[in-house]
Amino acid sequence: MVSLFPLTLTEGLVRRRGQVIMGPVSLTVEGRGLTVLMGPNGAGKSTLLKALHGIERLSAGRLRHGCPSDQSHAAQAFVFQTPVVLRRSVAANLAYPLKLHGVGRAERARLIEDWSARIRLSDRLDQPAARLSGGERQKLATARALIRSPQLLFLDEPTANLDGRSTREIEDLLRAARDGGTRIVMATHDFAQARRLADDAWFMMNGRIVETGPSPQFFDTPARSETRAFLRGDILE
Amino acid sequence: MNDIWAGIAAAIRLILTADADLVEISLRSLQVTLSALAIACLIALPLGTFLAIQRFRFRRGVIAVLNALMGLPPVVVGLVVYILLSRAGPFGVLNLLFTPTAMVIAQVIIITPLIASITHQAMRDLWAEYHDLLISLNTGKLQRVATLIRDGRRSLMTAALAGFGRAIGEVGAIMIVGGNIEHHTRVLTTAIALETGRGDFALALGLGFVLIGLALGVNLLTHWLGRTEVEGRW
Repeated sequence: MVSLFPLTLTEGLVRRRGQVIMGPVSLTVEGRGLTVLMGPNGAGKSTLLKALHGIERLSAGRLRHGCPSDQSHAAQAFVFQTPVVLRRSVAANLAYPLKLHGVGRAERARLIEDWSARIRLSDRLDQPAARLSGGERQKLATARALIRSPQLLFLDEPTANLDGRSTREIEDLLRAARDGGTRIVMATHDFAQARRLADDAWFMMNGRIVETGPSPQFFDTPARSETRAFLRGDILE
Repeated sequence: MNDIWAGIAAAIRLILTADADLVEISLRSLQVTLSALAIACLIALPLGTFLAIQRFRFRRGVIAVLNALMGLPPVVVGLVVYILLSRAGPFGVLNLLFTPTAMVIAQVIIITPLIASITHQAMRDLWAEYHDLLISLNTGKLQRVATLIRDGRRSLMTAALAGFGRAIGEVGAIMIVGGNIEHHTRVLTTAIALETGRGDFALALGLGFVLIGLALGVNLLTHWLGRTEVEGRW
């Protein structure tokens, strides 16, 4: 399989109705690990994730992948803050991305069995996904994103508004995916979660990345005053 | 009031005796309406879904026209189809005037905008829900349309039933292009119009009750087959 990496965003900028929402941002994503993206509300975290994923059109700048662009989407996945579940059964939700990419029936059945067990929904495969709780839906959405073993996974505050148990289960899925070689970039507001999961962190303010660093350093000795203030719990505007 | 009781009695008598004429025109009503519905659905469901997901110049205009066409006067549709299919018309050579096919054509023109418009409304909401996911999965346009049609099938069934209701009760257009010819193009609605004109209100009402029963029956059957309200929210 061709490698998606390095994924490079050069002077990426997103403008809406004449107003700059994000950027300019330049960064490179490569290798393994889990990066958390932090910052106050409206900092541009979701826009940056979508721009890196290629579903937010850049007003300026350029996004490049290590592989041809027509193959880049197949190697990545996205989990949204509000889980989008198809109006189908749990099994059909898991099968959907596999069918899109032509995975055979037998392999599909094997993967669905495997992933439904991982998210503890094996006994509810035939139920409509709408009957699941919020936490179960997010687990399903995460499993659906991971079922094709993407090289790169983006998550936009996947555990916001979830209970502790669901959060722990999703974090376990993410750790397993990272250990399995999936590169993860995740926006989160949860400092404790960021500390638990992050290998490195990016801090955004006013549409720009103002600080990056490896995990312990970023959280313990941030270089910039804005990052320190944010991590202290101050309200930033 | 007596006419209504007489109508109910006539309806019961016609059904219990399996009146041959009633069976014939009822089957023709169903044949014409279901044929028109199938053709209209083939056009309207993908069209309505496409309009929901595709942005293009004049899209709003197209949607506004589609909504306006829901109110097409059937008599005018019938007149236009009549002119097109008459011997002097551009399609006169096909000899379709005063045939069930002409009635199907008129009904397709009447119900396609209705089904497409309801489909568009339903698919627009579903597309808003699915948009980010389907874009993220890099689905093609056909895959998006297919996914929305599959997952929105209950809403589409409602759209189709609305089209069926409009078509089965339609009289103006099919009277003009079908001609209400006995054993050839007579259907329930045109038979009702004929019996009313003759002053046989009881028989007209009887046919009317059969028509209502037929429409209700198809609706209930569709809901039963579609397992509406059975599988949770979807």
